[in-house]
Amino acid sequence: MRPDGNLGLLVMAATIYLVRALPLVLLRKEIRNPFIRSFLYYVPYVSLSVMTFPAILSATASLWSGLAGFAAAFVIAWADGNLFRVSIGACLAVFLAELIV
Amino acid sequence: MENDDLMAKQSEERTILMEEKKNSGRTWFFRGMKAGIPIGMGYFAVAFTLGIAARKTGLNVLQSGFMSATMLASAGQFAGFGALASGAGYLEMAVTQIVVNLRYLLMSSALSQKVMRDQPFFHRFLMAYGVTDEIFAVSMGVEGKLHPCYMYGTTATAAPGWVLGTVMGALLGMILPARVMSAMSVALYGMFLAIVIPPAKKSRLLAGVVIVSMAMSALFTKLPVLNQVSSGFQIIILTILVAGAAAVLFPVKEEKEETKNAP
Repeated sequence: MRPDGNLGLLVMAATIYLVRALPLVLLRKEIRNPFIRSFLYYVPYVSLSVMTFPAILSATASLWSGLAGFAAAFVIAWADGNLFRVSIGACLAVFLAELIV
Repeated sequence: MENDDLMAKQSEERTILMEEKKNSGRTWFFRGMKAGIPIGMGYFAVAFTLGIAARKTGLNVLQSGFMSATMLASAGQFAGFGALASGAGYLEMAVTQIVVNLRYLLMSSALSQKVMRDQPFFHRFLMAYGVTDEIFAVSMGVEGKLHPCYMYGTTATAAPGWVLGTVMGALLGMILPARVMSAMSVALYGMFLAIVIPPAKKSRLLAGVVIVSMAMSALFTKLPVLNQVSSGFQIIILTILVAGAAAVLFPVKEEKEETKNAP
């Protein structure tokens, strides 16, 4: 008895929407609790850092090109900070590294 | 003294609020669209591989596109393929999605505090659709409070990249050279770094938080038992641990939302 694929897609879409919508809808008031405020302040920095490293090292064809991408993104982000330039720079670094290695 | 600070802060907040009212939703929308373009390009690349995987799972092009348009979630969709392929029941599919995407619960909570309070309530239902790692990141990077239209703009340019990439991947499969695919796969990580590094450069505390997060994450992927934990769960556990510890050790004193990021 295999569940219907299309219905499965709908179930998953509805679930993910609820995960996203519930906090936005339920947490309407400004949170005063200093711990929660601080916690939420740190959430983006921690989650983005955790997602980036070390995953970026294994995203490309080799560890070396991954490292090149990471280094390039780091340097450009430090010097410049523009989203687009950082992304493109990282891609170019990976491409060049894979041409060489 | 503290009272003075509070008063100054409040009046400052009031002027910021008034300034921002002058900025129409349109201006915010266009700002968001601009921020969404690089996201959409990165999405296209990642979604291309997703489309290939979707076909392998047995979904057709239309289903692949539909899945991307309604879910807009990389890890969630990959997990979804697994569930579909193994013939999992609906409950299992739902639970998988909750677990894999639990970080969005945290991100939406953070966003709920960032949205301008004078905006109508219905916006929150619509904004929820666009809560992805990247759109969340740029939205939190906005100085001061966030206008819902900013997220609409970002979603409007980013989401089509995701859907189009999936459809193209499902249609064309392995037509792109491997080198190009490999290079494009770091675009999203580059974006994450572009969000995290500039504020960390200005604040030693944030720099420490970033370094500890990355180190812990590396530990999690290397240590024997911990590396069995799925990546979605790793993100949740580490976010709660590190952000929680930082909140206990270094509580944020006031509205420190000047996480400046050159758009």
